Amino acid sequence: MNVTRGFTGRPRVHQPGLPPGQYDAGDDWPVLSAEVTPELAPADWTFRVDGLVERSRTWDWEQAHALPESAYEGDIHCVTGWSKFGVRFAGVSLDAFLDVVRPHESATHAVAHSHTGYTASLPLADLTGGRAWIAWEYDRRPLPAEHGGPARLLVPHLYFWKSAKWIAGLTLLDHDEPGFWEQNGYHARGNPWQEQRYHGD
Amino acid sequence: MPGRVPVSDQAAARWHTATLTEIRRETPHAATFRFAVPGWAGHLPGQHLLLRLTAADGYTAQRHYSIASAPDDRGHLEVTLDRVPDGEVSGWFHKTARPGDRVEVRGPLSGFFAWPGDRPALLVGAGSGVVPLMSMVRHHRARGLDVPLRLLVSARSPEELIYAREFGAETTPLFTRSAPEGVPVGRMAAAHVAPLLAERPPGGWEAYVCGSNAFAEHASRLLVGAGQPVDRIRIERFG
Repeated sequence: MNVTRGFTGRPRVHQPGLPPGQYDAGDDWPVLSAEVTPELAPADWTFRVDGLVERSRTWDWEQAHALPESAYEGDIHCVTGWSKFGVRFAGVSLDAFLDVVRPHESATHAVAHSHTGYTASLPLADLTGGRAWIAWEYDRRPLPAEHGGPARLLVPHLYFWKSAKWIAGLTLLDHDEPGFWEQNGYHARGNPWQEQRYHGD
Repeated sequence: MPGRVPVSDQAAARWHTATLTEIRRETPHAATFRFAVPGWAGHLPGQHLLLRLTAADGYTAQRHYSIASAPDDRGHLEVTLDRVPDGEVSGWFHKTARPGDRVEVRGPLSGFFAWPGDRPALLVGAGSGVVPLMSMVRHHRARGLDVPLRLLVSARSPEELIYAREFGAETTPLFTRSAPEGVPVGRMAAAHVAPLLAERPPGGWEAYVCGSNAFAEHASRLLVGAGQPVDRIRIERFG
């Protein structure tokens, strides 16, 4: 252990919900997108699922809202170190979209892509089973553009770069295809509890 | 939008001991900390690192910081840190750190905001957002590069302008709260951006924007409004 002379750190608070290496951001919700925030109106938003599926499908804003509403209440974790407790997002479970397109058995991964061109790669298993959403509401209000509105992917059990803002679609694949940050040295899966920040963690 | 450089998987994978060799005050609120890092793989301007402090009981705190210094081959690097109220890591640096102290660093990280010195670079920053941009300015100068490079930097006042003494003809400073007699005070505006866009260097500008989220939103909108392609704007926001 390399102890830093004179460093004591903040008072030790036992926070069972805080993954290793993270700190509680409190009321802050930092914005960290690397791209220009797009001016994307709900009327111009679409969400498509294609690739290794029985039938590809594109939903517009109204069609997506016709699916059963589903909310996430819990915590989110950013790879830069902050975690935010007790947030509430609402939208539609990704399972509802996948049930319509019916993934092939060969599908193991997905690339999420944004209306800006941003991409993130994820194992398909992390997007199913009630653990991922298309979210358009935060704290019972429309999701602000700088946080990914009108709609973003939400995969709260992984570091938040996986939760692609301004979500445009998912392409299902039979292999991992690194996305924007994964190509820049970030971890393929990004599980905060195993501190999978960078390639090799 | 692809990264500017391939990122070494090995370089980011391990922690290095970094020994503090020098502390330089930049402004009343910011200081530069220089480290010797034997085994440092080297970085490109614009990249950042993860820095970790460890308490006697094993508790650790880690933060991402942009690298301020130009690449060198001798395993030295610098970061410039604002003194953040109650900052757990920056507080230690500003109150306790002295030459000879050892911390740990990991990196360099991310190729997205890197500038290898190839494309014309339009750098737009505010406050300590100038730090990774200064690495680019220093690199440009140290290598005597011919490729065009411009820096538009905003600070609250001349006293708060980090690296003020180092800037040359490539830099246009702007002041948002107070300025010397005869120098206008105000927020970055279209009129500041337009002349830079009008230069139209061969191949076009690669724009690098760094600062708070509010500044990044404002500056990136100014750039888009002035005709800079959205996919040629790279943004690094604090947070």
